Amino acid sequence: MTSHNPIETDTAMYDVEAIRADFPILSRTMHDKPLAFLDSAASAQKPRQVIDAVREVYENEYANVHRGLYQISEAVTAKYEGTREIIRDFIGAGHTHEIIFTRNGTESINLVAHSFGRHFLNEGDEVVITELEHHANIVPWQMLRDEKGIVLKVVPITDDGELIMSAFDEALSPRTKLVAVSHMSNVLGTVLPVEDIIRRSHAVGAKVLIDGCQAVTHIPVDMQALGCDFYIFSGHKLYGPSGIGVLYGREELLNEMPPFMGGGDMISSVTFEKSTWAKLPHKFEAGTPAIAQAIGLGAAIEYVNGLGLDAIAAHENDLLSYATQQLSSLEGLRIIGTAPNKSSVISFMLDYAHPHDIATIIDRAGVAVRAGHHCAQPLMDRMDVPATVRASLGLYSNRADIDALVRALGDVQELFG
Amino acid sequence: MSDDLRELYQEVILDHGKNPRNFHASDDATNEARGNNPLCGDQLVIYLKLDDDGKVADASFLGKGCAISMASASMMTDLVKGRSAEEAHVMFDAFHDMCTGEGDGADLADDIDKLRVLSGVREFPTRVKCATLPWHTMVAALKGENEISTE
Repeated sequence: MTSHNPIETDTAMYDVEAIRADFPILSRTMHDKPLAFLDSAASAQKPRQVIDAVREVYENEYANVHRGLYQISEAVTAKYEGTREIIRDFIGAGHTHEIIFTRNGTESINLVAHSFGRHFLNEGDEVVITELEHHANIVPWQMLRDEKGIVLKVVPITDDGELIMSAFDEALSPRTKLVAVSHMSNVLGTVLPVEDIIRRSHAVGAKVLIDGCQAVTHIPVDMQALGCDFYIFSGHKLYGPSGIGVLYGREELLNEMPPFMGGGDMISSVTFEKSTWAKLPHKFEAGTPAIAQAIGLGAAIEYVNGLGLDAIAAHENDLLSYATQQLSSLEGLRIIGTAPNKSSVISFMLDYAHPHDIATIIDRAGVAVRAGHHCAQPLMDRMDVPATVRASLGLYSNRADIDALVRALGDVQELFG
Repeated sequence: MSDDLRELYQEVILDHGKNPRNFHASDDATNEARGNNPLCGDQLVIYLKLDDDGKVADASFLGKGCAISMASASMMTDLVKGRSAEEAHVMFDAFHDMCTGEGDGADLADDIDKLRVLSGVREFPTRVKCATLPWHTMVAALKGENEISTE
């Protein structure tokens, strides 16, 4: 069965087969079966354009940045810094110096916890998170709680996986200093009403951090329209290289925050008595950065822009409906996460087989999914499941991937059913 | 479906996985340990009751996990009964070597050769920990440790 059916989607201009040809890995096999890659929420595959951009850096352009007084260093510095403008434009930030490069989304949150959290939060101050957070947006705040005596409040979700907004309102207080929430759940696919969350949080004087690791690949965002204080995401989920992440922070806040790490590149002057800090964004970027990775991320964003995030979202939503419909027809299958506003992720259980057994069996059919707690153990406890199987979509996913998954689940049924 | 999958998920394993033996807590356990696999979230508790001679008079377990880990714990708790701590360690070593591919299971003593049905995990490196977690947890319990973690 192939998916190349021109009437399969109403986004007729979106030629997913042509797009798939840009991703070399999608033409390989796994266990001698065509690869059905349904784990993009963990890390997305890379188009030729990104691979070429990274190779071009190393073959023709590489030198350290911000140091060399020679042509290629100056040229690669300009290209590396130029990536900040691509990112600024992509997320609608006001200034390029509000774009801080990190290693990944986790480091971006830890930067805020260490710099903003340790400097501005005191004993008794409250940080509000939700039940559906990734460990990366739980553990840094617990560490801050243990160090500073802040209070960590957790807003519950419904059985469908929606944030309970009345409970969110109750969690807010004059002591709330920071609200740190996911824009989109990596397990349930729920898209949170971040505009509402930001407005209500600001009304009590709290700052807001949005974890956009999942959302930024599916949902257009505009920092100035959203008005959030921090927005973080990783490059590798956005079809870029691993080892590069982004922290967007509002200029006034970043200026008030102390550096995260000390070293080269983040200083203005150093003597043994005293050092002074570089201006934004370099104040937060100690040491030689991930040069080729940043440039690769720029290429990835240009690739996504070329397709258009709205067109990508329309394609993925169409495929999500198809996958939901196909999976729901299987006996004994239960979807975890059924919020009306969800995107690109389907977690499920079979009542006769454990998620790890399912993943092992369908791997042999060429289907790559994630099984386990998805770095969200408190959410697993909340949904009262030990683990789930998660199929997640990317801009290159097609109906053949879903059909392969459904077929492979037949093997599970044959063994376990 | 591939042969190695059928080898891994033999009828005996599916049966133990669905209907695990000795699947209950114990009020009179002398040794008890919790095993965690933080990578996948599997958790189980092993309960051992040692008699005055240091032999395992009773063994049971509770937990959540895949068919492999449930079957492994089920068979292990059956087989460890009546053995001394030393004998349990010998059994652990033979089983561990079989799962990690250092042995082929041929040297499993006759009285524990039924464990050979779990040898299929050798072809699935990411699943070896599923089979060995109950065993590491049992050894921890015998040593008087309360908690172990594999990754």
